[in-house]
Amino acid sequence: MTWDDMQPLLHDATIETLQMVGIATLVTLLLGLPLGILLVLTDRGGLLRNRPVNKVVGAIVNVGRSLPFVILLVALIPFTRWVVGTSIGWQAATVPLAVGAIPFYARLVETAVRGVDGGLVEAVQAMGGSTWAVVRKALLPEALPDLVSALTTTVIALIGYSAMAGTVGGGGLGNLAITYGYMRFETGFMIVIVIELVVLVTLVQLIGDLVVRRLSHRGAATGLLARLRRA
Amino acid sequence: MITTKDLTKVYTSRGRQVSALRGVDLHVREGEVYGVVGTSGAGKSTLIRCVNMLERPTSGTVTVAGVELTALRGSEHRAGRELREARRRIGMVFQHFNLLSSRTVQENVELPLEITGLDRAARRRRAAELLELVGLGGKAGAYPGQLSGGQKQRVGIARALAGDPKVLLSDEATSALDPETTRSILGLLRTLNQELGLTVLLITHEMDVVKSVCDSAALMRDGRIVESGTLTDLLSDGTSELARELFPLGDSAGPDGTVLEITFQGDSSGRPFISQLARTYQIDLNILGAAVETIGGRQVGRMRVQLPGFHQDNVVPIGYLREQGLQVDVITETGANAFGSKGVLA
Ligand SMILES: Nc1ncnc2c1ncn2[C@@H]1O[C@H](COP(=O)(O)OP(=O)(O)OP(=O)(O)O)[C@@H](O)[C@H]1O
Ligand SMILES: [Mg+2]
Repeated sequence: MTWDDMQPLLHDATIETLQMVGIATLVTLLLGLPLGILLVLTDRGGLLRNRPVNKVVGAIVNVGRSLPFVILLVALIPFTRWVVGTSIGWQAATVPLAVGAIPFYARLVETAVRGVDGGLVEAVQAMGGSTWAVVRKALLPEALPDLVSALTTTVIALIGYSAMAGTVGGGGLGNLAITYGYMRFETGFMIVIVIELVVLVTLVQLIGDLVVRRLSHRGAATGLLARLRRA
Repeated sequence: MITTKDLTKVYTSRGRQVSALRGVDLHVREGEVYGVVGTSGAGKSTLIRCVNMLERPTSGTVTVAGVELTALRGSEHRAGRELREARRRIGMVFQHFNLLSSRTVQENVELPLEITGLDRAARRRRAAELLELVGLGGKAGAYPGQLSGGQKQRVGIARALAGDPKVLLSDEATSALDPETTRSILGLLRTLNQELGLTVLLITHEMDVVKSVCDSAALMRDGRIVESGTLTDLLSDGTSELARELFPLGDSAGPDGTVLEITFQGDSSGRPFISQLARTYQIDLNILGAAVETIGGRQVGRMRVQLPGFHQDNVVPIGYLREQGLQVDVITETGANAFGSKGVLA
């Protein structure tokens, strides 16, 4: 295969992968974030402490996390069909991707939010803030760098999973790698795809780190950044 | 301004029960600075946290500025609307400042105003005013991570004042600061107390804090207030442990004779009563210890003197001193010390 043969295929597959990962990330953020916060709030000592809710949510998250992605991919086929109307193509792959990533991200969110100093929660309460105010004014903003960092990790995991989904008819770069690189022995093409995935992951990590650094205002870190910017 | 009645708090953790408060009656009058001291674990923090209901008391009542907070709705950890509104009128400063690192100084001070729902322009104005008041006008755009401890606490104080509270609670607000910064923060609290008429309830383990800013003080031990009153009253009470801690004279005493402890306040501190006494009665006085300090803004002196002979031999000179408006406590007739050397805070 020449580069001219590869290029349009690569272009379409990249778009598919980005769409898959993008939509799955969005859904993960939308559901994983509140779930992670709920895990903290309902825990012992939390503002909404509620044993049963905490146990149930915790159990669901644990089950979701412990299922291997390949199994999720297959087990969710009926659900996927119900949601997007089909079980093949990149659209179908977004469903298991999101379902797999939600509990993953939720746990990371939980850890990040737990890292927020309890004194800040107390400060907001002492100034008359509601639980919602505590979440919005203290927990989320203070955990933001860690939340972004967790999202970066999640997106990278999603890129990996999306390639896996591609191998079972999910479209995107993984699909390309299987159909050309593996089944048609196009080793050169395979290498190009691998390089692209590596570049993609590196890019995401770089952007994530950059955002985290911009968001951190903690003491020395800010001082250093400020000095660099001034220099 | 702040009244607690028979306040108790029992913590249950892992099946074990700890009584942190065992019936506390606290009475803080409007416009005063009230200090609570006591050993670690005495229940000081628990008490102050009960005052704004960060901790819900097990029994008893808390009334702040005429509102009985204990009567307001809310579970152990979730405050109802009325309680949240009442809290907006009670400022609190913390030992570890508890500033949001993600917000600038200005935004930190605006936070309580955001919660009350004040509009942006008014928030800006008020925060700028408050920062000016605490002497941080130039630091509005800085992040807490770029400030010193003393500056952080000033931000904490500005934030606590944002809602225009009548009452300020402070739990060890200066304990993380060096002595000089402590002095400047205490000075600020004193100024705010005088200029805004702010009632301040502060917790501390440093007697110096009480000495320099408080009008009244209470001593806590084992979940109870064992002694309380204005510093003036405490100092004129010969049996007060707090006074003794505030104003230690050591345990020195001669081998025999009558040992007196003389406390003088305000204008009498300027008069040469000792030499008058010696001259009038021809007594050989032995001064065992003496100190003059400014406590709660007043000059207070205490002196321990030894007179020859037994108590009954010295009734007349003692009467003379009392007539001078001095407070005289007869410590001992034999030279043995009547009170132990065990400190209140040790
Ligand atoms: N959340 C809690 N759960 C269980 N026990 C607690 C809790 N908070 C405080 N206690 C206990 O209540 C008692 C009083 O604690 P408190 O923090 O009020 O003391 P303190 O006078 O402020 O001490 P310190 O000077 O060390 O700050 C202690 O025995 C403490 O162990
Ligand atoms: Mg304490």
